[in-house]
Amino acid sequence: MAPAEVAVQEAPVVHGTGRVVNDFSIQVATVNGSGSQTANLVLLRSIFRMGVPVSGKNLFPSNIAGLPTWFTIRANKDGYIARKKEIDFLVAMNPETAREDALSLESGAAVVYDEGLALDAVRDDLVFYPVPFDKLIAGVCTDVKLRRLVRNMIYDGVLAKLLEIDLQQMEYALQKQLGSKPKAVALNQQALEVGFAYADQHFEKRDPYVIAPMNETAGKILIEGNAAAAIGAMMAGVTVVAWYPITPSSSLCETLIDYLQKHRIDERTGKATFAVVQAEDEIAALGMAVGAGWAGARAMTSTSGPGVSLMGEFAGLGYYGEVPAVIFDVQRVGPSTGLPTRTAQGDVLSTAFLSHGDTRHLMLFPSSVGECYSMAVEAFDLAERFQTPVFVMTDLDLGMNTWMSDPFPYPEKPLDRGKVLDEETLERIGRFGRYRDVDGDGVPYRSVPGDKMPAYFCRGSGHNEWAQYSERPDDYQNNVDRLARKFENARNWMPAPVVEINRQASIGIIAYGTTHWAVVESRDQLKAEAELETSYYRVCGYPFRPALASFIERHERVYVIEQNRDGQMLSLMKLDLEPDLVRRLRSVLHYSGLPIDARSITDSVLIQEGYRVQKTGADTSRVPRQAGVGGE
Amino acid sequence: MAVATSPVRKKVNRIGLESREYRGSKTTLCAGCGHNAISERIIGACFEMGIEPERVVKLSGIGCSSKSPAYFLGSAHGFNAVHGRMPSVGTGAMLANRNLVAIGVSGDGDTGAIGIGQFVHLMRRNLPIIYIIEDNGCYGLTKGQFSPTADLGSKAKTGVVNDLPPIDTCALAIELGASFVARSFSGDKKQLTAILKAALSHRGTAMLDVLSPCVTFNDHEGSTKSYAYAKAHDDPLEEIDFVPFFEDISIDYEPGTTQEVVMHDGSKLYLKKLDADYDPLNKVQAMRVLQETRSRGEFATGLIYVEPVKPDFLDVLNVVDEPLATLPQERVRPPKTVLDDIMESLR
Repeated sequence: MAPAEVAVQEAPVVHGTGRVVNDFSIQVATVNGSGSQTANLVLLRSIFRMGVPVSGKNLFPSNIAGLPTWFTIRANKDGYIARKKEIDFLVAMNPETAREDALSLESGAAVVYDEGLALDAVRDDLVFYPVPFDKLIAGVCTDVKLRRLVRNMIYDGVLAKLLEIDLQQMEYALQKQLGSKPKAVALNQQALEVGFAYADQHFEKRDPYVIAPMNETAGKILIEGNAAAAIGAMMAGVTVVAWYPITPSSSLCETLIDYLQKHRIDERTGKATFAVVQAEDEIAALGMAVGAGWAGARAMTSTSGPGVSLMGEFAGLGYYGEVPAVIFDVQRVGPSTGLPTRTAQGDVLSTAFLSHGDTRHLMLFPSSVGECYSMAVEAFDLAERFQTPVFVMTDLDLGMNTWMSDPFPYPEKPLDRGKVLDEETLERIGRFGRYRDVDGDGVPYRSVPGDKMPAYFCRGSGHNEWAQYSERPDDYQNNVDRLARKFENARNWMPAPVVEINRQASIGIIAYGTTHWAVVESRDQLKAEAELETSYYRVCGYPFRPALASFIERHERVYVIEQNRDGQMLSLMKLDLEPDLVRRLRSVLHYSGLPIDARSITDSVLIQEGYRVQKTGADTSRVPRQAGVGGE
Repeated sequence: MAVATSPVRKKVNRIGLESREYRGSKTTLCAGCGHNAISERIIGACFEMGIEPERVVKLSGIGCSSKSPAYFLGSAHGFNAVHGRMPSVGTGAMLANRNLVAIGVSGDGDTGAIGIGQFVHLMRRNLPIIYIIEDNGCYGLTKGQFSPTADLGSKAKTGVVNDLPPIDTCALAIELGASFVARSFSGDKKQLTAILKAALSHRGTAMLDVLSPCVTFNDHEGSTKSYAYAKAHDDPLEEIDFVPFFEDISIDYEPGTTQEVVMHDGSKLYLKKLDADYDPLNKVQAMRVLQETRSRGEFATGLIYVEPVKPDFLDVLNVVDEPLATLPQERVRPPKTVLDDIMESLR
């Protein structure tokens, strides 16, 4: 293949008179704790309500108030909702970062800013819209405390005017956001109008960016992955939830508590058909889930990497004692405490083998909020079917950011409680041996305390197929060999991969989780910029389906794209594949803590394919230095 | 002359089970280990109380003590979990099925060291569970290292002297909110049986610290957890008799020296006081007695503190009366209209 020069196409399509319609990104730079989240979500929802595909990503510090926060909204008519590196429209509200924020923009970008910041003195190649926020807010609100919170709504009004966003949709979104507080709605509404009027009277539109109505979001919902997983857990019939607060997973259980309290209170007695415990730590959280799973409940916990590390011993016990439990791992960045408020796919390897000895775990990889929901439901079935912990590997980007989705379908299948011993089965199998492979699939029958079936002793120490303590070499080996067969058998029960075979392609792409969204866009870029056709295999579960090997076999080179430093999924694949197939694998890695973007993938693939690429600016430029400030 | 004999009828309890039906597998602990005596008392108490073995879950962590659930109630479910983590497993099990009777067996290392965090929070939650510490002041299974309940100055078999003060698990449990706290001695058959029977009638966390000398590593002169030391320094607070709710009350203690405690199920505890003004319902006094006996190098035994009616963790969580584990699908999966409404709210 002859290396070629590739022109990077980042320039969006411009319609008619220099207008860029429904294809740009807006970044709002504020201080956390200033109420900007309301303004940002109103902005996001109003674009969504206009039928334009949109995504919102919050880049926030590990801190409660007073540190810089950036919220990025991407509107894209083609449905690309991955993070985009370039910012087209900046709203600079944070004096601490404004200068750096402005300097990081590409020439020609637009910036709405507090006029006191005098950003037009920093450079002259931007489109400037200075707004006297303090003066405007003083006219809306006399209470100084409230001013700070309502002030941000003014930029929504300004943007509504400049970007041609339907003011009525903004008002609807505001109502949706603050509906339960009529006073707050009224105040924010005023701020919105003041901003709109100011822009109307003082600004001549000098940037090309506009939102025009489309019909791409009709019927869709907006939701965070953590909330989606919570709904899934509730619909899966979860009964015992034990958790310990940790960013970015806390909102999963918190949302679940809200939903359970609304929808799972017994009407007749007013009592709960669930129990939720905020445990003393993650060890206890999984311990409770394992205890409940052993006693027959559908039990779960949610956590993030540091919590997963602590859960190691119970994960091993769940595997070896064969106890069902569902663990949501909303992955964050880094070893140790790392970057608690940034996203990664860094727990893949450690979770696959979590705990000592020969331990392996089932993992699910949702890439959308819809899959956070459906895989949550599925996880409980798999945990009981295979009597083992199941990890749902989501991440901060999915869990805490707001995503568009089709509404979630009602589960079609009844709950699968797996092989629970009953009288009929007992008669068929004769004597009950808790760890006896009666059906030849490695999955034994289990009884449950209180069910009046024969009891057994569950233990993390060595045991034979009758669940008796044993240190015999043959007992140990027979048992772990059966566990390996069970794991092997689970392969074909894991969610099927989503595969797109392109017959002209010699290049394959493998990805999973949130990386998917950047891959979708990158594949189009590869085709448009270098005529590179690609096939695509999206992994949805571990152990891998046999289809993985045949996919790799069809392609000369296969890029495994993931958000960690060490190519963890690729490493996991190596264990399953023949050497000839391993040789075809290459890595594309992204691990800055920011969600992966299409440009990074495209550039990396092109470079590895031998193209010369004019690389766009380094990714770090998007995060001003202050983003490094924070607590734990 | 022929004497007519009726066939020998084995004694059965109120649910028609014989004592042997409460036995477990043969112990593998050392001969003379205090833990074996405790297992016998558990067997006796469960038999006498007519506990259904299939409703019992036996829980433990890791260590010699934690092996013992295999040696009683063989027809009950058991879970030998990980070191120091029995409380969380027990909590999960009781949340899953509130009709279970949880008997947890831990050791002084399993509770006082690696498991102190989970112990603390179990006591706070007042989960319905009997939590027995088989307390010998050392790690038997790893050959005699000191545990956190070893007394200051006590000497290990190797000659090493313990230079840290002990944790008093009873004082800790009372402070943290356990609603039934007792201390006994594995060799005191009568007292331990009465306490176990009362604990089986209690709804809430019943914490029992049972001194149980380690015959192999901690039963020598110089050990404050030896048989000889425990016998010489046992300071009983009361003589205990327990009358279950289902039995006629025919006990007769002299008025003025006896305190009657009515348990939540109507059972009665009779405490014949050796210490004239001891009142186990008085938390402050309980703490004082623990401090005073300890300063004399003695163990106060008996029922140290009880709060007979206190909401347990399942009451606090307002959980339905039926076991959560077996609720049918229609009670745990909300109908389609609920999901549709949620979806509508997200548009």
